[in-house]
Amino acid sequence: MPSNDTVPGAQGEAARAALANVEARPGAPKPDPIVIADHVRRSFGGLTAVNVEHVEIQRGAITALIGPNGAGKTTFFNLITGFDDADEGKWSFNGRQVAGMAPYRLARIGMVRTFQLTKALSRMTVMDNMRLGAKGQTGERFFAAIFPFLWNGQEKSIAERAMGLLERFNLHEKVDDFAGSLSGGQRKLLEMARALMANPELIMLDEPMAGVNPALKQSLLGHIKTMREEGTTVLFVEHDMDMVHDISDWVIVMAQGSVIAEGPPDAVMKDQAVIDAYLGAHHDAQLTETGEALTESADGDPR
Amino acid sequence: MDWSFVLTQTLTQAIGIQAIIYCLAAIGLNVQFGYTGLLNFGQVAFVAAGSYAVGVIVLTFDLSLWLAILVGIVVATIIALLLGIPTLRLRADYLAIVTIAFSELVRLTVRSIAFRDVFGGAQGLNGKLGQDFHDTNPLPADFQSLPILSWTRQDLWVVIVGWILVAFFTFLVWMLVRSPWGRIVRGIREDENAVVSLGKNVFAYKLQALILGGIIGAFGGIVWAVAKQSVQPDTFRPEFTFFAYTILLLGGAARVMGPVVGAILFWIVLAGTGEFLGQAIQAGWIDFLQPTDVGNIRFVLMGSGLIALMVFRPQGIFGDRRELALDAK
Ligand SMILES: Nc1ncnc2c1ncn2[C@@H]1O[C@H](COP(=O)(O)OP(=O)(O)OP(=O)(O)O)[C@@H](O)[C@H]1O
Ligand SMILES: [Mg+2]
Repeated sequence: MPSNDTVPGAQGEAARAALANVEARPGAPKPDPIVIADHVRRSFGGLTAVNVEHVEIQRGAITALIGPNGAGKTTFFNLITGFDDADEGKWSFNGRQVAGMAPYRLARIGMVRTFQLTKALSRMTVMDNMRLGAKGQTGERFFAAIFPFLWNGQEKSIAERAMGLLERFNLHEKVDDFAGSLSGGQRKLLEMARALMANPELIMLDEPMAGVNPALKQSLLGHIKTMREEGTTVLFVEHDMDMVHDISDWVIVMAQGSVIAEGPPDAVMKDQAVIDAYLGAHHDAQLTETGEALTESADGDPR
Repeated sequence: MDWSFVLTQTLTQAIGIQAIIYCLAAIGLNVQFGYTGLLNFGQVAFVAAGSYAVGVIVLTFDLSLWLAILVGIVVATIIALLLGIPTLRLRADYLAIVTIAFSELVRLTVRSIAFRDVFGGAQGLNGKLGQDFHDTNPLPADFQSLPILSWTRQDLWVVIVGWILVAFFTFLVWMLVRSPWGRIVRGIREDENAVVSLGKNVFAYKLQALILGGIIGAFGGIVWAVAKQSVQPDTFRPEFTFFAYTILLLGGAARVMGPVVGAILFWIVLAGTGEFLGQAIQAGWIDFLQPTDVGNIRFVLMGSGLIALMVFRPQGIFGDRRELALDAK
């Protein structure tokens, strides 16, 4: 299947080329940003969970958001997608100011997210989960709902599209099972496939790899690249540095609520601030091929 | 001991007017709680709205019953909006608290002296409330009684139309829950944030479910007022809502036929034990109970039965155990 292809496709090449000349510093402007956020702040009591001065997400690219536990990544996701209210700040999506917009409306205009704690709808079948993702369904309106002839046709084409996605995510044999009977990793896959049913312009994945086995991880990486090839912008949070290194075109690092570094994956992983705040001196275990930089920075630490 | 009396009485009540009223209330709860997961603990307020719409429009204002039914629907909708708009964006518990408080507020308001001219105070409204309906009775004027079921001509007509209403609303719910609308509503019950994240206006769907369930409950109240030709404030106590929940759980929540089966069972148990105990005490079989205890004892039995059901068949009579097992995850 093409989805398992690990060679970056045309879109991937384009995304990397577009980002090649972007400065590797926090808040760097991008040539074609889909999201621009300014002064986004959220505190819980005395704790400032998010305090982002400026950040831009490049359209058509795969951007990774990394950082230590409690850095504010999930909170930032929640704020941007409208699931939580920011204390202050504004941000735009596709050039449109969207701060304060209801989360369902943001999803409708193309910003669809998944959750760190997977939200499979347990007592619904896998197919019903998928169908729920499709937008603009006539039968979702109360009075149209009681006249099946109004939506039967649409329902069929939605089911076909769902089946196609389920095959891609290797869930097609589970189509009539309750989502609650899936394994943790399968639920992650279902949630991602369901989000794709909404045809997002920007898909925001909160730790898509957590609890997914290595073999499946490979195919997931493929799926995410396929999303990019199909024109979807991907922003994802992940602790798995292999994955970040492998598929992201750009990496944004958060710590203690702020963006502390940005850049292409190789450069960011060599960044001393990132190593100090997040990766630790021994993160090279996973990065032996590209890890010469580590010994360098460990020796030549100016501080 | 008159066994045939026990049997006919039980059967008559099992599919009688009270069963219909509770069944309608439970169908409403099934939409709200069973499918959408909304904890409405004030269903009785919607039932009262239906009853009082009939009482006030027909008796206080001397207008037609058909207008009263329309008013009942409108008032139920307004109540649903009033209760839903401030609470449905909040956590589920808020709706539960607000609805139970509101239902008592309704009862205390309609029975208060201040509004006696409109609602009739503690005596309620009594008179020819359902005349417009009873005038349509197609049964022969010399109708005496059915072979086993001991209804009067008037009651039988209410029972017939009542079950038609039950059938209609059951069918409506069935159509709705198997539609994309029903899918969203079931999704909300499972995890509303997941549904929001897919671009659905969850708040609007919750309101729709609350309104629909409330209107169906109001029809229970309309049937009540028409059948009894009387509206009594103290019949609308919170326990009405809890009996409706009992019925729903008995039949199985989120099952289209759950409320129907539940209501019939509920009244078989309640009427059956009542009639049986009454007869048994009369016949001298039981000497440690007085006839006045019977009313309470049957609720003790009902409660024990419900506990047993929850232990041995928690999904209700019709529920699917597989689904229940998934909740634990
Ligand atoms: N609802 C909340 N109430 C209080 N504090 C919160 C809340 N949500 C998050 N926080 C705090 O905000 C900080 C950021 O949390 P967040 O979940 O955004 O971290 P994260 O970067 O996603 O971490 P992880 O990688 O572990 O998922 C943490 O210190 C957390 O304790
Ligand atoms: Mg997180």
